[in-house]
Amino acid sequence: MLTFKNVSKVYGKTKKAVNSLNLNINKGEFICIIGPSGCGKTTTMKMINRLIEPSEGHILIEGKDIMDQPKVKLRRDIGYVIQQIGLFPHMTIGENITLVPKLLQWPKEKRKARAEELIELVHLSKDYLDRYPQELSGGQQQRIGVLRALASNPPLILMDEPFGALDPITRDGLQEEFKDLQQRLGKTIVFVTHDMDEAIKLADRIVIMRDGEIVQVDTPDEILRNPANEFVENFIGKDRLIQTKPGVTKVGQIMNKVPATIHKEETLSTAIKQMKEKRVDSLLVIDHEHHLEGYIDVEDIEQNRKKSTTVSEIVETELYKVKENSLIRDTIQKMLKRHTKYVPVVDENNKLKGIVTRATLADLVYDSIWGEEESEEELTTLQ
Amino acid sequence: MDILTKLMNYYSQNAAYVWAEIYRHFLMSAYGVLFAAIIGIPIGILIAKYSRLSPWVMSLVNVIQTIPALAMLAVLMLVMGLGTNTLVLSLFLYSLLPIVKNTYTGITEVDRTLLEAGHAMGMTRMQVLKMVELPLSLSVIMAGLRTALVIAIGIATIGTFIGAGGLGDIIVRGTNISNGTAIILAGAIPTALMAVLADFLMGWLERALSPANHKHLR
Ligand SMILES: Nc1ncnc2c1ncn2[C@@H]1O[C@H](COP(=O)(O)OP(=O)(O)OP(=O)(O)O)[C@@H](O)[C@H]1O
Ligand SMILES: [Mg+2]
Repeated sequence: MLTFKNVSKVYGKTKKAVNSLNLNINKGEFICIIGPSGCGKTTTMKMINRLIEPSEGHILIEGKDIMDQPKVKLRRDIGYVIQQIGLFPHMTIGENITLVPKLLQWPKEKRKARAEELIELVHLSKDYLDRYPQELSGGQQQRIGVLRALASNPPLILMDEPFGALDPITRDGLQEEFKDLQQRLGKTIVFVTHDMDEAIKLADRIVIMRDGEIVQVDTPDEILRNPANEFVENFIGKDRLIQTKPGVTKVGQIMNKVPATIHKEETLSTAIKQMKEKRVDSLLVIDHEHHLEGYIDVEDIEQNRKKSTTVSEIVETELYKVKENSLIRDTIQKMLKRHTKYVPVVDENNKLKGIVTRATLADLVYDSIWGEEESEEELTTLQ
Repeated sequence: MDILTKLMNYYSQNAAYVWAEIYRHFLMSAYGVLFAAIIGIPIGILIAKYSRLSPWVMSLVNVIQTIPALAMLAVLMLVMGLGTNTLVLSLFLYSLLPIVKNTYTGITEVDRTLLEAGHAMGMTRMQVLKMVELPLSLSVIMAGLRTALVIAIGIATIGTFIGAGGLGDIIVRGTNISNGTAIILAGAIPTALMAVLADFLMGWLERALSPANHKHLR
């Protein structure tokens, strides 16, 4: 979808900011560019929408050279989010969000509908559309910044440290929200950051740069397991390397693939029978297509035995779930924080794929003890 | 007490004349500023875009500003003769500095990240100017117009020397007779009031247009 062919950028006469860069980005991929300050991340990104013109080489989007397209048209088809957010203070949130559609001359009604549709994506109420940016918190403003980039539904979005200026908690929330959004909408993202945790969490592939050149391009997993050289190793940091030595990082690799489930239309007495058989105290509730509806546990059944007869009447729908490609490290931390005994694993369509329980984690720990002598350290970190 | 009664007498006997001069005075000032705005705002935008021009243009308008008002009138009079047009032209010249300068400042002070955001979203240069730069610098430009108008109202009083009329006529009439204090005041007070009022109204407009206050407008 996006290809760099021997792209270089020289500032002035001699300052080589980007040096003969080659990179191929697939459709729907989340690419993080990371590297020390001044290594050319921003320059690389801005060349894509021609805010900076390459000195040499070619950049192709869907096979077409960006230099052959009018700048203005090119940019309207590429979303752009920056660290400073850059919302226009004299426009309402609604006007800010639908600016690109306005430039594309969408009719007013359509723009309004689009704004309402978008603001729902980030769980803000419609009232916000009539407010001004300075009335919003930093986190809210950057949500709007992201929506503005999504407004005309561009296939490609560029983001330059979009969450860099936010406090850690807000950042964490926005990262999750955004990763989710990206996967749902299938956007291709080029995301500049200098936070390794952020890159590991978000990226499908990470591009590590140094002095205008690419040092390594790989999945977060691969980079953590096989750093290309000492520079990468130092850049990632020793702690992260050790943690991932066992080579198991994603929830999908350790989950129990046959969780105890019950169909939502079953009766409560069947549920109890199932629990006894499987020796569990709660069951995940699913529908015909194996979509996860929620869970029921023994206490709920006890309390509602007289009033209710089917599972669907008492199912608890509020629960924390993870995806197969979620990081084990994150998942463990969250289970501990929320005091949950297990976490169901679902795919994008909310289909149940498996479950991670505290027992699964214990297995993981035993494995690593028997598998490797020196990982006793991990045992303590996991508990 | 004596002066006050005389003043009141003057106003009651010459009400129509005084109103006519106030109106004339205001129109001459307003036209001077208006023309200066029509020419000065585009110049300000231009030198903000082509920064190489800015030192030249700025020193030129600065020089104009330093010419004493009477000298300016005299020179212009040699070229254009007596009359209202000559005064409006000199008011125009005096108004250029604050208007050009404020437009230049307003445009160059617009947050660079907003310009980048605008360009990155696919605005043309004209759209960036119309949708981002001008709205955001509007209050600074208004401040320039405000200064210009207040100065113009003051300077317009000397228009009387080249036969342009205005409140200066009344003041000069007072200086030409003995015991004319009341008549001098009869011309000076409306001039001062007009300047204060213009300052106040334009100041209000300026604040209303400031982007930080946008939420209060609707
Ligand atoms: N307009 C410019 N003129 C001259 N040199 C520039 C210009 N912009 C960037 N550079 C230089 O090019 C190099 C790469 O800059 P770039 O902004 O791409 O770095 P970066 O990786 O985004 O850094 P950071 O993490 O600090 O944002 C730096 O050494 C910088 O000083
Ligand atoms: Mg940068």
